[in-house]
Amino acid sequence: MAADVQAGRGGEEPGGGLAPGDGQHGERADSPTPGLAQGTEPGAGQEGAMFVHTRSYEDLTSPEDGGAAARSPEERRGEAAGPSSMEQISKDFSELSTQLTGMALDLEEEMRPGKEGKLEPAPQAARHDSVLSGKEEEDVTMDAWRMHRKHVFVLSEAGKPVYSRYGSEEALSSTMGVMMALVSFLEADKNAIRSIHADGYKVVFVRRSPLVLVAVARTRQSEQEIAHELLYIYYQILSLLTWTQLNHIFQQKQNYDLRRLLAGSERITDNLLDLMAHDPSFLMGAVRCLPLAASVRDAVSTSLQQAKAKSLVFSILLSGNQLVSLVRKKDQFLHPIDLHLLFNLISSSSSFREGEAWTPICLPKFNSSGFFHAHISYLEQEMDLCLLLVSTDREDFFTVSDCKRRFQERLRRRGVHHALQEALRTPFYSVAQVGIPDLRHFIYKSKSSGLFTSPEIEAPYVREEEKERLLGLYQYLHSRAHNSSRPLKNIYFTGPRENLLAWVTSAFELYICYSPLGTKAGAISAVNKLMKWIRKEEDRLFILTPQTY
Amino acid sequence: GDQGHEPPRHCPTYIYKVVLLGSTAVGKSSLAYRYVKNDFQESLPTVGCSFFTKIIRMESATVKLEIWDTAGQEKYHSVCHLYYRGAHAALLVYDITNKETLGRAKQWLKELEKEFLHDEIVIALVGNKMDLAEEREVPLFSSQEGEEFARSRSLLFAETSAKSNHQVKDVFMAVGKTWGKHEASQAWTGPLGRGCCPVALLPPSPSAPAA
Ligand SMILES: Nc1nc2c(ncn2[C@@H]2O[C@H](COP(=O)(O)OP(=O)(O)O)[C@@H](O)[C@H]2O)c(=O)[nH]1
Ligand SMILES: [Mg+2]
Repeated sequence: MAADVQAGRGGEEPGGGLAPGDGQHGERADSPTPGLAQGTEPGAGQEGAMFVHTRSYEDLTSPEDGGAAARSPEERRGEAAGPSSMEQISKDFSELSTQLTGMALDLEEEMRPGKEGKLEPAPQAARHDSVLSGKEEEDVTMDAWRMHRKHVFVLSEAGKPVYSRYGSEEALSSTMGVMMALVSFLEADKNAIRSIHADGYKVVFVRRSPLVLVAVARTRQSEQEIAHELLYIYYQILSLLTWTQLNHIFQQKQNYDLRRLLAGSERITDNLLDLMAHDPSFLMGAVRCLPLAASVRDAVSTSLQQAKAKSLVFSILLSGNQLVSLVRKKDQFLHPIDLHLLFNLISSSSSFREGEAWTPICLPKFNSSGFFHAHISYLEQEMDLCLLLVSTDREDFFTVSDCKRRFQERLRRRGVHHALQEALRTPFYSVAQVGIPDLRHFIYKSKSSGLFTSPEIEAPYVREEEKERLLGLYQYLHSRAHNSSRPLKNIYFTGPRENLLAWVTSAFELYICYSPLGTKAGAISAVNKLMKWIRKEEDRLFILTPQTY
Repeated sequence: GDQGHEPPRHCPTYIYKVVLLGSTAVGKSSLAYRYVKNDFQESLPTVGCSFFTKIIRMESATVKLEIWDTAGQEKYHSVCHLYYRGAHAALLVYDITNKETLGRAKQWLKELEKEFLHDEIVIALVGNKMDLAEEREVPLFSSQEGEEFARSRSLLFAETSAKSNHQVKDVFMAVGKTWGKHEASQAWTGPLGRGCCPVALLPPSPSAPAA
């Protein structure tokens, strides 16, 4: 097994942006405008960010070995499959679909080359305002929730099954041959993302040597978004094994059966897939904070900070999938993807509620070559507060366990225990607090802090499929806003059941959902009012003063 | 202590480390949970290693029982020896409805025998899920398996059920008791300088249950 990591990340490390996004800190405008500089938008940290600065997709898609990133799109296009292989793929895919659904599909799929390499929106291509009619997009968004079915497969380059979301072992091995035929198509480009579009289906391939990840989706997510989810699955596997170990294994033995090593952790991957379908954190590539009075949060953070140990790199307190506090070693930044993986790990097992857990874990965006050791425990039986202490030293269990005890003692002494308990009683706020009658829901992300805020999803989105439909609408707008060839900065969407508006600038992203009776003018004034409200509430909704040891 | 109630000053506290070893899903975590919380949950999947403590108060001393429960997955193997290092007792758990798991428990025994001298550690072979007796794959009385095997290696043996709370407490008590006899003059000093000395736990229970 790989040696333990020392905290830190060399300049050669993969993953794109290493600098924290604490760029320019100008005046904090009261009413934000599209020209708002990054770092001054509501929710931007006052003393720098907690996270590595992320730029959405390219950050996810940058390969671990950094090799392919430097290549030009032209080079990649040159490697696209010729017509003969496409025919073969159509045929293979028709067999595959049949096996997956038990019915033949009319295959008139369009084949699209991958969109890799040009994922950053080209500003000149951005249309500044665009109105999408619900008529035109109706089937898209209606179907998004009803046809919520997505198969996910992971296999090794030698064709050995590694993971399958729904398929039984037998089904899995029978489809693997077909998968491999499809995958051979990726041969030329080690880190390609490819997709096939068929009648109501998308098949998306992501290759991260030595693994190939495949999604067969009936959702109407863009291939970029599906690829984004597949990459999360890839990182999930890395977090269990490290990139170094994974590569070592397959260098030793090409047809190694990785399922042996991953036995027992399938449910962590299952959980991640379910979580991604419900929690906008993954879509936004950002972290949501538990709403908490700044004074209480500061007291919690200070207590965490004081309960430090030499080997600790991150101390993280969370509730549900919301961040309460994060204290980090100076100069060490966590990546939101790594934090999402930790959130997922914790929500995937009830066993953390009992006793104290001590487990090796790789944070692949921080350092994909080594393990940290995480101490995971809940503070109290009846309280949804989970403490995660990330250490570099696997021998340090008792020291780290003692940090937990010291943290709890400090919390008690500062008398914030009760306030925390109160805050946990209402972990989500109501959109009614904003005071805009037509406003139903929104998601606001501050790009420089990597944090977002969003109210509870309320009526009329009560049933589970209604909630998923709303998330589907956001996903749809998000993919339109981040479309690699034609990104949109403003999107106004009118549908029979609700209207939505998306506004994406260099500093923030805002998605609002409001009544179908609301007008566009009304929506625009609502946005202004909402932004003022977020500014007013920002010290409760965000972590503005992150702390270090 | 982290339980929030300190033992009285004059009363020494001894730390006693017990590790649970065995295949996935034989019920290691369930046994620990039953013993520490006197409860049972259908699903408690372990990630890495779990650590439980239980304070046992007696007239002359307090014993802080540390229970280490491992996930038993291959990917965690390289960290496992750390968990059983310094252990006073090990429970090798198998599932009576799955013969393979007994084989795995025997492999663990070999590893322990490499790591520890004969008297250094108390080992109990535990056949769990005895509430599922009708699905039994490992017979209770036969020369090679279960109890006979345990006797031949001078291990403690019991069949338990975490689900129906059968003999769980007894197993933990039994390993404590025997250790007290064996290690009367020795004190183990761990990385934190934690010593241990013999303590009389509850009377040992019969090691073979009536099937
Ligand atoms: N019937 C029965 N099931 C049990 C017993 N102990 C554990 N289980 C079940 O066996 C499965 C695995 O248990 P777990 O404690 O997680 O096993 P571990 O992987 O060895 O820690 C769970 O579904 C438990 O509910 C038992 O005594 N009887
Ligand atoms: Mg377990």
